[in-house]
Amino acid sequence: MHAFIQNLINGFSQGSVYALVALGYTMVYGVLQFINFAHSDIFMLGAFAGLYLSVWLAGVQPAGLLLGLVMVGTMIFCLLAGLTVERVAYRPLRSAPRLNVLITAIGVSLFLENLGQVIFGSDPRVFPSLISTQPLFEGEIIVNNVQLIIVCVSALLMFVLHWVVHHTKLGIAMRAVSFDIETANLMGIPADTIIAFTFIIGSSLAGCAAILYGLAYPKVEPLMGVMIGLKAFVAAVFGGIGNIVGAALGGVILGLSEAFVVYYVSSTFRDAIAFAILILILLFKPTGIMGSVRREKV
Amino acid sequence: MNNLGNKRRLALLGLVAVFLVFFACTKKQSETSTQATESNEILFGEFGSMTGSESTFGVSTHKGIVMAIDEINAAGGVKGKKIRIISYDDEGKSDGAVTTATKLITQDRVMLLLGEVASSRSIAAGAVAQQYKIPMVSPSSTNPKVTEIGNYIFRVCFIDPFQGAVMARFAMNNLKLATAAILQDIKSDYSIGLADFFEAEYQKLGGKIVAKESYSGGDVDFRSQLTLIKGKKPSLLFVPGYYTEVGLIARQAKDSKLDSTLLGGDGWDSEKLTEIGGQAILGGYFSNHYSHEDQNPVVQNFVKNYKAKFSEVPNGLAAMGYDAAMVAIDAAKRASELSSKGLRDALATTKNFQGVTGIISINEKRDAVKPAVVLKVVGNNEFHYVATVNP
Repeated sequence: MHAFIQNLINGFSQGSVYALVALGYTMVYGVLQFINFAHSDIFMLGAFAGLYLSVWLAGVQPAGLLLGLVMVGTMIFCLLAGLTVERVAYRPLRSAPRLNVLITAIGVSLFLENLGQVIFGSDPRVFPSLISTQPLFEGEIIVNNVQLIIVCVSALLMFVLHWVVHHTKLGIAMRAVSFDIETANLMGIPADTIIAFTFIIGSSLAGCAAILYGLAYPKVEPLMGVMIGLKAFVAAVFGGIGNIVGAALGGVILGLSEAFVVYYVSSTFRDAIAFAILILILLFKPTGIMGSVRREKV
Repeated sequence: MNNLGNKRRLALLGLVAVFLVFFACTKKQSETSTQATESNEILFGEFGSMTGSESTFGVSTHKGIVMAIDEINAAGGVKGKKIRIISYDDEGKSDGAVTTATKLITQDRVMLLLGEVASSRSIAAGAVAQQYKIPMVSPSSTNPKVTEIGNYIFRVCFIDPFQGAVMARFAMNNLKLATAAILQDIKSDYSIGLADFFEAEYQKLGGKIVAKESYSGGDVDFRSQLTLIKGKKPSLLFVPGYYTEVGLIARQAKDSKLDSTLLGGDGWDSEKLTEIGGQAILGGYFSNHYSHEDQNPVVQNFVKNYKAKFSEVPNGLAAMGYDAAMVAIDAAKRASELSSKGLRDALATTKNFQGVTGIISINEKRDAVKPAVVLKVVGNNEFHYVATVNP
């Protein structure tokens, strides 16, 4: 029983990071119907930005303020990076076939990964421990402060995002653009601006996820985004791509299934089994758990 | 215009003439040097990564080799002949290793090759050496495939999986820890090899393996595996992986209050180990080829001479380079005739050669049978010598 709860906690905190990254994929897909493969590399850039910011701001007390500053700084850096990618690589292709944009996205992703290797080198770097890891209470089951911070910050950001999308003018505009970009334009919604905002929100969430990730797993390298990007993308598809609640749910379920597969089945086949479960669910629910059927317009 | 064209043509002709004369001269020079070689020199060839991202590997090995050859020449050489080494830079690339090895064999006509550190480059160049039947001695390529190329390829280091057996013996005989868990990198042959050899030897000695779990290289979260292992209460955890994952595993093991002693192989040997692992990795043990802290007089003498020559402490690669050259020289001394064939036959019968990295014998697979040292992680990038484990 102890082990069950322990795995629940571990899987939940791991899944929260997947969920934060998955939100970026799902938001861009919801609005533009293409997969922004560069998203995972924005996450990587965020981790490096956080690394340099923490070194630069070292000495700021208390630790909570330092963490807050690093997080805000990284989010700003990431939103600028995301905005640049959108402006330079995606906007010029707005009227091009979707496949072209998809290939461009892969290109941008490879570009950022290789640029990272040139600038930062491929040897892994150590993310500074902004707050020291401490167990929250004595006992068989171990929950540490970093895990708590990860879950709380992720949950908070997801609620804020949900509120923005459903209860603000910006959110209404986003949903309108997502529904039909041309009609939204005709109704006076500045589609380009709204799309830029989508990238801003998604990228800053990736930046935040990068810091949380760095706190828990202090290893930063230019290819760190590849695997987590893949998993977050799967989480987004699993939750129903384009659906924000679905992405959050997908991330958490993926994290939990990994933890339980390792514990109860086999660590050797972890990824294979975790992904097989997802495929099975998708067989019965092809649009993902929260996805709705969307008819192709003729 | 026409006039200018003529001038150009003339200049070109002149240039060609100069080149021809130049080549004729160099050709003549190299001929004379080969003649000299046949009379009073033995030629060894070396190729290594003197530049590129692994330049420290090649440079250290080169220093060890040069030191060995200088010592022998100062003592009068082998059978009245001096040894001369020709060294080329392969830039840390496999095709570079092939090109330089071919050049050493076909142009410089060396009798024996020394190289490389990286297994991939030893494998690439080894095929060339085998084809021309020139013996090659690798100082520190540990992948089992290297000497499988053919009967002219040797090494003076142990192969990867041997370290698994070493750590099993160390755990049972020195640490007296009788229950173990293994956490291996399922993506790496190196890690799986070590884990399998550890398991076999540990059980043979009466130890009990309570859990054998896996991760994939590049993973960052190991908590589920560690939670599982913690439930089995092993007294030691064998992690035969590379330093980045090992550092993270140590951290998360400590967070999960898993207090088993951590053991591993030479994949731990990096300054990044303690940087990533922090406090959590202190007290862990790993196997390696050599330690400059080994109090054996042979080692201490080597360290003293090396410091005097290069004013730095020799690392493992320098010691291995030194031993590779010394084993080759020993073979030259014992060889019935000074030819590549003679050297090969002598190398194959190397027995109980006292090297810096231990007593070396070459087995029928042309791999070295020799001891390993065990180091303890004691502080920030500080590893202390603990024991020598014999094969």
